[in-house]
Amino acid sequence: MPDAERDRPAPEALLDVARREGRGKLKIFLGASPGVGKTYAMLEAARLRAREGVDVVVGLVETHGRAETEALLAGLEALPRKQLDYRGQALEEFDLDALLTRKPGLALIDELAHSNVPGSRHLKRWQDVIEVLDAGIDVVTALNIQHIESLNDVVARITGVRVQETVPDVVIQRADEIELIDLPPEELIGRLHQGKVYRAGTIGRALDNFFTKPNLTALRELALRTVASRVDDEMLRLMQANSLTGPWPTQERILVCINESPLAKSLVRAGRRMAERADLSWIAATVVTTRHEALPEAARRQTSEALQLAEALGAETVTLHAQSGAADELLTFARARNVTRLLIGRPRRRWPFGIVREPVADRLLDAATDFEVTIVAAERGKAVAARLKLPGLSFNWRSLLWGIAGAAIATLVALPIDLLGLVPPPSLVVIYMVAVLFVGARFGLVPALATSVICFLAHNFFYTAPRYSFTIQSAEDVVGIVLFLIGALFTGTLAGQLRAQVATMRTSQKRTAMLYDFAKRVAAKSDLDDVLYAGAYHVAATLNCRSLILMPSKTGELEQVQGYPSIEEELDPRALAAARWAFEHNEPAGAGTPTLPTSEWMFVPLATANPLGVVGLQFKDSRRGADPEVRRLIQAVEDQVAVAIERTRMATDLGNLRVEAEGEKLRTALLNSLSHDLRTPLVSVIGALTGLEADDLPLTSRKALVETGLDEAKRLDRYVQNLLNMTRLEYGALKPRRVSVDLREIVGSARANLNRVLERHKVVADLPRDLPRIDADPVLIGQAIANILENAAKYAPPGSTIHLGARTGRSGVMLSITDEGPGIPEAEREKVFDLFYRVTEGDRRPTGTGLGLAIVRGFVEAHEGRVRALAGPNGHGTTIEMDLPLSTDPPDPA
Amino acid sequence: MSGTRILVVEDEAPIRRYLRIAIEGAGFEMIESERGRAGVERAATDAPDLVVLDLGLPDMDGKAVIAAIREWSHVPILVLSVRDGETEKVAALDAGADDYVTKPFSTQELLARLRALLRSRKPVEAKAVLAFGDLIIDIPAHAVRRAGVDARLTRKEFEVLAMLASHAGRLVTHRQLLSTIWGPAHTEDAHYLRIAIGHIREKIGDDAADPKFILTEPGVGYRLLG
Repeated sequence: MPDAERDRPAPEALLDVARREGRGKLKIFLGASPGVGKTYAMLEAARLRAREGVDVVVGLVETHGRAETEALLAGLEALPRKQLDYRGQALEEFDLDALLTRKPGLALIDELAHSNVPGSRHLKRWQDVIEVLDAGIDVVTALNIQHIESLNDVVARITGVRVQETVPDVVIQRADEIELIDLPPEELIGRLHQGKVYRAGTIGRALDNFFTKPNLTALRELALRTVASRVDDEMLRLMQANSLTGPWPTQERILVCINESPLAKSLVRAGRRMAERADLSWIAATVVTTRHEALPEAARRQTSEALQLAEALGAETVTLHAQSGAADELLTFARARNVTRLLIGRPRRRWPFGIVREPVADRLLDAATDFEVTIVAAERGKAVAARLKLPGLSFNWRSLLWGIAGAAIATLVALPIDLLGLVPPPSLVVIYMVAVLFVGARFGLVPALATSVICFLAHNFFYTAPRYSFTIQSAEDVVGIVLFLIGALFTGTLAGQLRAQVATMRTSQKRTAMLYDFAKRVAAKSDLDDVLYAGAYHVAATLNCRSLILMPSKTGELEQVQGYPSIEEELDPRALAAARWAFEHNEPAGAGTPTLPTSEWMFVPLATANPLGVVGLQFKDSRRGADPEVRRLIQAVEDQVAVAIERTRMATDLGNLRVEAEGEKLRTALLNSLSHDLRTPLVSVIGALTGLEADDLPLTSRKALVETGLDEAKRLDRYVQNLLNMTRLEYGALKPRRVSVDLREIVGSARANLNRVLERHKVVADLPRDLPRIDADPVLIGQAIANILENAAKYAPPGSTIHLGARTGRSGVMLSITDEGPGIPEAEREKVFDLFYRVTEGDRRPTGTGLGLAIVRGFVEAHEGRVRALAGPNGHGTTIEMDLPLSTDPPDPA
Repeated sequence: MSGTRILVVEDEAPIRRYLRIAIEGAGFEMIESERGRAGVERAATDAPDLVVLDLGLPDMDGKAVIAAIREWSHVPILVLSVRDGETEKVAALDAGADDYVTKPFSTQELLARLRALLRSRKPVEAKAVLAFGDLIIDIPAHAVRRAGVDARLTRKEFEVLAMLASHAGRLVTHRQLLSTIWGPAHTEDAHYLRIAIGHIREKIGDDAADPKFILTEPGVGYRLLG
C-alpha cells in the first residue's frame, strides 16, 4: 500500500521514544534462576562503564557472600545502606533519597523484585528504581525470570513454588536493554555443589525443591523465550518509529471478564500472556450488578484485587454497571470496543441458584457467538475454596430469627382461619407465601430463604394429614408441599433481589444527590475557604471517610487548609511524606496505594491543569482505598473539587486584579490631591504671613493679607478633616454613634460652624417643626450637611439662595439642599460621589478636593441612608437629597 | 481685667507662644506649663483665675489633670480638644471642665470663651434681669419676653432657660442641666431636656435649624448665644 498515510511514523511510537529521552536508561540482567551470575555480570559491566569515565555508584548489591563477586565491588563507590527499625529489628535497606541526592550517572541496584522493609517510601524496589530513572539516572539491575508478574502462574506450575515478590511487566517493557545471563542447568547445579551460590548447609533442600534439572531447563526456556519476544518488540518499535512498513498492530482487543471468583487473578495473568503472545491490547472488565452490592466484603475484594493486578500488568480496566444480565452488558461493551476474544473463568456450579438464574459464563457462551471465547480452568485446590466461599449466602442467626418470626406470624393468622374452617387447608399456603414475600422484600435474600424453609415445615406440621406431625400421608399433600417449597424459594429469591436492587438504587441515588448538592453548594460560594470546606465535606460524605485538603503555603510547604469533620491536630510524618509525594508526583500515595502504604491516610493529588494540592482520605478499613470502584469515585469527586477550587481561585485573582487597579487609581488621585490641595492653601498662608513681615504695609493691605491667610488656613483645615474622615471610612474605622436626634438641630449646628463660609449666601431652612426624629450620629450627619453646604457656597454665585427642605418619607426623613449654581451635568450626577471625582465644566477650574461628596456618601451610607444628586427645580442649580433613617424612639409629646 | 491670671497647660511650644500673644494682648497675665503634673502644681501654687488645658498631654491624661485640680479648686477650666474627640470632650466636661474649644480655633473664639468663663464667676443674682437682644429674662419675676411679647414658660422650662442665661456664652452640658433642674437621679433622661428645649424654642420663637438664641452642641449640651 503506497499511500502516504501508512508511511508516516506511528505517533505512539514516536511518543514512546520521546518519553524515554530525559529519563535514565534501564538495563536489566535477566536470569532463569538464582546463581547464574547476574550480579557478577552487572558488576563487570559497571566497572567497564566506570573505566569509560561514567560516574558509577553502587546503590545496593547483594553479594550473598560470594567471594568472586565481592572482589568486583572493590574500587566502586558504594552508598551506605539505610538503617531501618522494624518491630525492634534493625534492618538494612537501599537508601533512595541518598542516591537521588548523590545523582550519579549510573546506579547499580540489585534484586529488582525485592520487597522493601515496611516503613520505606515504596512497597517495592522496582518503584524505587522508577523514581531513580525519572530523576534522569541510568540504572543497572538484576532480575530472575520467575519474578515477572505475568509469568508468575507458569513458573508456579513448573516448579510448584509460587514466588510472592513480582515485578509488573510494564517495568520490564520499560527497560532499554535486557541482557540474558544464560547458564546451562548442569553448570548451575555444579556451581551449587561447589557452594558458589549458597553457603554450604542450605544447599540440599534448595536442590530438592527448586534446582532440579527439569525445573531449570523449563525456566531457561522461559527466559530465552521472553527475551526473544522482546527483541521482536524492539524491532517493531524501531520499524514504527522509523516508518518502515511492516506488520501493524491490529485494533482488536482481548476482554478478560472478571468476577468475584478466586480464579480472577489467574484469569488476569492468563489474559496478559494471551495478549502478549498475540500482541493485542487487552481490557479487564467486571460487571457490578445489584447482586454484587450484596456480596460479602471478601468476595468484592477478590474483584478489586484482580482489577488492580490487571492495571499493574498494563490492562485497561473497566467497571460496568448492569441491573441484571451481566453477560449482555459485557457483550455490548465488547462489541463497542472491537473485542475479538473473550477470556472467562470456568463456570462454577451454583446450586441452588443455578435453577433460578443462569450463570454469567453460561449466558456468555450462549450469546457470544461472534467471539472467540477462551475458558480458563481453576487450579485444583482453589476451586474447592471457590465453592466454599459461595457469595450471597452469608448465613447468620438473625436471618433465621426473621424466618421463624415470619413463619410464626403467618401461622398465627392461618390457624384461626383453619380452625373456623373458612377455607380448605391447601389455600392457607397463600398466607405463608405472603410471609416469605414480605420477609424477602424487607430483609433480603437469606432471611427470605430461611422463611421459605420454616414456612414449609410449619405448613407441613399444621395442615397436612396427619396434622401436628412432620409426616405426610397422601401423595397429593406431598406434591402440594413440594410445590410450595419451590414456589417459596423462587418468591424469596425474587423478593431478596428486589430488595438488593432497591438498596443499590438508593446508594446510587444518594451519590447523585451528593454530587448535585456539591455542585449547587459550590456554585453559590465565591470564597475559597467556603469552597474548600464544601469540598472536604463532599469527599467525606460521598466516600464515608475522614477527609483533609492540603495546599502549598506561601513557602511551598503543604499545610492543612480544610478537613471534615475537622483538620488534624498534627499529621504524622508518614502521612505528610505521602501527601508530599502525591503532590510532587501527581499520583496517589499512602494507605491503599503502593507508595508509603503504612500511612493511615491516602492522598490523592488535586489538580486541574496545575497541581493545586492534595486530598487526604482516611477510611475505617484502609483497604477500601484500593478498591477500583472507590478509586473511580475518588477520582470523580476529586475532579469536581479541583475544578471548583480552580474556578474560585480564578474569580478571586480577577477580583484582586480589579481591586489592585482600583487601588492604583486611588493612590494616584490621592497623590495629585495631596500635592495640589494641600499645597495651594499653604502657598497662600505662607505668602500672606511673609507679606505681613513688611513694616511699611498700609493697614488695609494688612487686613486683606490676614483675611486671605486665614481663609486659606481654614480651607486647609477642612481638607485635612475630610482626609481624616475619608481614611476612617476607607479603613472601616467609622462607627456611627447613633442617637435619636432632631434633624433641625443638626442643621442648626452645621450652619453655626459654617458662619463665615455661608456669609455671602442667603440660607433658607424650611424644615417642618413636626419633623420626626432620626436615628443618626449628629456629628457625622452634621459633617455631611456641612460638606454639601460648603459645596453649594463654593459653586453658587454670591447673593444666591441656598434652600434646605425636608419631608417625611416612607422609611425616613429626606433632606434636600438646593443651590442656584451651574448644576451638575446629568451624566456626572452619580460620579460626583466618587472619591477624587471633580466636576469640570467649560473653562471652570475644578476647585473641589474630590473628597467632600465622597464623604457625604460614606457617612450617609454608614447610616443605611442614600444620597443622590439631581437637577434643581426648573432644571436650574443642583439639589442633593439624602434619606436618613427614622428614630425608633416614640415621638415626643407635643 | 488686669490682675487676672490664666494658666495655660499645653505641650506644643508654638501654640503656647501664640496663646501668650493673644492672652497678654487681651490684658490678662499668662503663666504656662508644658506637662500635666507641673500644671497641677502651678494651679495650686500660683492660684490662677482660669486654666486652659490641652487634653493631649504626653505625661498625664487630661481628665486626670481636671480631677486633680477639682479636688480642691473650683477654678474655671477651658479644655482644648481636637476634632472627632467627642467622647473625650464629654468625658472632660463630666470630669469637671467648664467649656471647650476645638482645635484649630480663632483667637476671637478663644477670648470670647475665656471672658464668658471669667464672667460667670460673679454671682448671677446681682443681675436679676438679663437681656439677649430682644429676649428679656426676668429672673425674680420668672418672666420671659421676646420683642415685648410674654412667653409663657413652665417652671422647668424657665429654670432651663435661666440656667443657660446665667451661663450665657458658655456650654452647659446635658448632665449639668438635668442634675440641677430635675435632680441627680435624672442625669440620663435626655428626652426631658430635649422636650423642654423644644418648647422653649417654640415659645420664644427660635428655630433649631437657624438658631438665634439656643445653640445645640450635638451630643454634649446647649449654649445660649450671648
